[in-house]
Amino acid sequence: MRHTLSVLVENEPGVLSRVAGLFSGRGFNIESLNVAPTLEDGVSLMTIVTDGEELIIEQIKKQLRKLITVIKVVDMNEVKYVDREMILLKVNATEQTRAEVLRIVDIFRCKVVDVSPTELALEATGDRGKIKALTNLLVRFGIKELARTGSVAMRRSMQIED
Amino acid sequence: MKLTGAQILLESMVKEGVDKIFGYPGGAVLDIYHALSDYPLQHFLVRHEQGAVHAADGFARASGRTGVALVTSGPGATNAITGIATAYMDSIPLVIFTGQVPTKLIGNDAFQEVDIVGISRSCTKHNYLVKDVKDLARTIKEAFYLARSGRPGPVLVDLPKDVVAARTEYYYPKQVSMRSYNPTYKANKRQIQKGVTLIKKAKRPLIFTGGGVIASDAHAELTRLARQLEIPVTSSMMGLGSFPGNDPLHLGMLGMHGTYVANMAVNYTDLLIAVGVRFDDRVTGKLETFAPEAKIIHIDIDPTSIRKNVSVDVPIVSDCKRALEAINEEFAPILSQEDLPRKFASWRDKIRAWEESHPLSYEDNGEVIKPQMVVEKLYEITKGEAIIATEVGQNQMWATQHFKYHKPRTLLTSGGLGTMGYGFPAAIGAQVAFPDKLVIDIAGDGSIQMNIQELTTAVCHRLPVKIIILNNCCLGMVRQWQELFYDRNYSFTCLEQMPDFVKLAEAFGAEGYRIQAKEEIDPVLRQALSSPYTAVVDVLVEQGENVYPMVPSGAGLNEMLLV
Repeated sequence: MRHTLSVLVENEPGVLSRVAGLFSGRGFNIESLNVAPTLEDGVSLMTIVTDGEELIIEQIKKQLRKLITVIKVVDMNEVKYVDREMILLKVNATEQTRAEVLRIVDIFRCKVVDVSPTELALEATGDRGKIKALTNLLVRFGIKELARTGSVAMRRSMQIED
Repeated sequence: MKLTGAQILLESMVKEGVDKIFGYPGGAVLDIYHALSDYPLQHFLVRHEQGAVHAADGFARASGRTGVALVTSGPGATNAITGIATAYMDSIPLVIFTGQVPTKLIGNDAFQEVDIVGISRSCTKHNYLVKDVKDLARTIKEAFYLARSGRPGPVLVDLPKDVVAARTEYYYPKQVSMRSYNPTYKANKRQIQKGVTLIKKAKRPLIFTGGGVIASDAHAELTRLARQLEIPVTSSMMGLGSFPGNDPLHLGMLGMHGTYVANMAVNYTDLLIAVGVRFDDRVTGKLETFAPEAKIIHIDIDPTSIRKNVSVDVPIVSDCKRALEAINEEFAPILSQEDLPRKFASWRDKIRAWEESHPLSYEDNGEVIKPQMVVEKLYEITKGEAIIATEVGQNQMWATQHFKYHKPRTLLTSGGLGTMGYGFPAAIGAQVAFPDKLVIDIAGDGSIQMNIQELTTAVCHRLPVKIIILNNCCLGMVRQWQELFYDRNYSFTCLEQMPDFVKLAEAFGAEGYRIQAKEEIDPVLRQALSSPYTAVVDVLVEQGENVYPMVPSGAGLNEMLLV
C-alpha cells in the first residue's frame, strides 16, 4: 500500500543522502521525495511517498526514526490529511488544438505560464488523481516536457471520521 | 586559553575517560600525533588500520568501555571500514577519528582524499565531518554519547587537517542535548505485565539471549530470572556468556551450528522469551518454521529489531537490564504463591532427554588430531578462565560449541559481519584492556593470514596473546559447504601453499609452537599458555572435519545434519 510520510529532519549536509541511502540500502521503495526548509531555522520537512506491505512500512518508519538527524516521522495514512503536487508541463498546442488544450486548462484550473506559437507551458496543482487525469487528457496532444515536485502533505486540523 | 583542534581532540578524549587508543599515523593526522605525547593517552601502534579498529573493538567488547581508533585520511580511512562495519553489525561502542584533507581541498580529489563520511554512512551509527574547529568539542561529546548510549555502535568523526591545526577557546560541554535522539531505556509497565502473564501461562518456556544482554550488563538479572523460574536458556553466538555456559539450564547456542537440544527446544517451546536479540538468519533458519508453536516476547532497545524478521506477541522496547529487573520484580510476589519451576519440570525433562540423546560430539578415530579436541583441551586447561577471541569459519563454530563461556565479555567474535581476520587484533585489544588475563585467539589457517601483520603490534607492546591455529590447510567452512552442497568441487578452498607458522611467529619475534600428534596437545598447549610472550601454536588438524550439527541454509531448525 502507498504511504505518505512527513519527516522532519535537521537541515544539515548529508541528511538527504542519509535518508536516500537508507531506502536504497534496505531495498525500500521511494515513489517521490520532496524536501524544503520549514519556518524553524535548521529544520527541513521531507515528504516521502513510498509503497510496501505493512511490515515494510513499519520498518521504514522505525528505520527513519533511528537516523540521528531525523526529528519526527508522521505516517499521514494514519490521519486525515491533504496532499498536493505541482507539475509543470509543456504540451503541443497548434492552431487546431490550442482551443481544446485551453479548455482543459480551464476545467482543471491550471495556469498557462509560458506560450510559444506551437506549445503551451502549464502549471497545475492537485492530488495524485487530478494530476494523473490531467496528464492522461493531455498526452494525446503530445507532452514535450514534464516536471513534478512530488507530493507535499499536511494533516487536517479537524480529524473527522468518515 | 586557545587550543588547537588537535589539543581539543586529545583533551576531550581524556575527559571522556579514554586512556588507550589504537592508531596509525599519516599526513592528515600529523598535528594530532604531534600533540599526542602531551596527554595521558597510551597509543598502540598497529600495522594496518583494520587492525586498529578491530583492536579498539576487542578492547570495547572485553571491557565494556568505548574503544577509540585514530587513522589518517584516504587509504587509512578506507582500511578502517571493515573494522567499522564489523562493530556496527555487532553493536559495539567505538569512536573512530579519521584525518581528512584540508577543508578547502575537499571535493578536489586531493592526495589521500576520500569521502569517508559518505563511504561509512551505512556502517556507522552516525558520522560527522567537522568543518569548523568551534564545532569540534561538541561533536566529540556527541560522538562518545551516541557510541555508548541506546543501542551502541561505531561513530566516525572526520577531521580535516586545517581544522585540527586551527585554534579556538576550549569549552567541553557537560551534557549532550539532541532533540532527535532519545533512546527508550525504561520498559512500558503494561508490556512487562503482559509478558509476565504469558510466562505464567506457559508450559514450555525458553529464554533466548543475545548480545543485547551483554551490551546492557544484564547478565545478573537474566541469570536470576532463569534460575528462579528454572527456565532453560539458549543463546545466539553474540549472547554466549550472558548466562553461565556451565549451568545445567544452559543449552548452548541455537541456529545453524547450534546444539541439537537448543534447536529442538526452539522447535517445541510454547513461549520464547527473546532478550537482546535480532533474529538473524543464522539463528532462525527458515522463518516460516521458526519456533512454530511459540508465542514470542521480544525485549530490545532498538525498535527496528522488533518485528523485522519474526512477528512478536509482546514487544518490549527497553534496555534489557531494566526490562529484566522489572520482570523479576513482578515475579517476586508470584513465586511465593505459585511453584512455577515445578510446572516447567516435565519440559526440562524433555530437554534433558534431547541433551542426552544428542550431545555435541565428533568421531575421534585414528592418529589425526580433531580440531574439537584442541578447543576442549583449551577449556579444560583454562577452566573457562580466559578471554577467547575467534576468527571466522569452522574455528569460530568449534570455539563457540566446545568452550563454555561462564561470564559475559569473555567471547570476542565477529557475529554479524563474519569478518575473517577479526580475532587476532581483537585479542590484542582485549589484552590491552586486561594485561593480566589470559587472552587466546582461536584461529584458522585462512583467517589468521588476514591480519597476521599485527604480530608485530603484539610483540612490540609485549602483549602475551596466544594464537591457536586449527590448521587444516583449507578454508574449512567454505570447503564444508562445497562438500555438502557443491558436488565436492573444492574450488580454491584448499590452501596448497601454507607458510610455516612457527618460523613466521619467530620472524615476528613471537614464540612458535607446533602440535602434530595427539599426545603433544596437552603439554604444548600448557607450555604456550603459560608463556609470558606472544605465542603462536600451529596445530595440524584433520582437513575433512566438518562442523555439526548443521542446519542447511534455508532449512528449519529441526532439520539438522548430525555427525
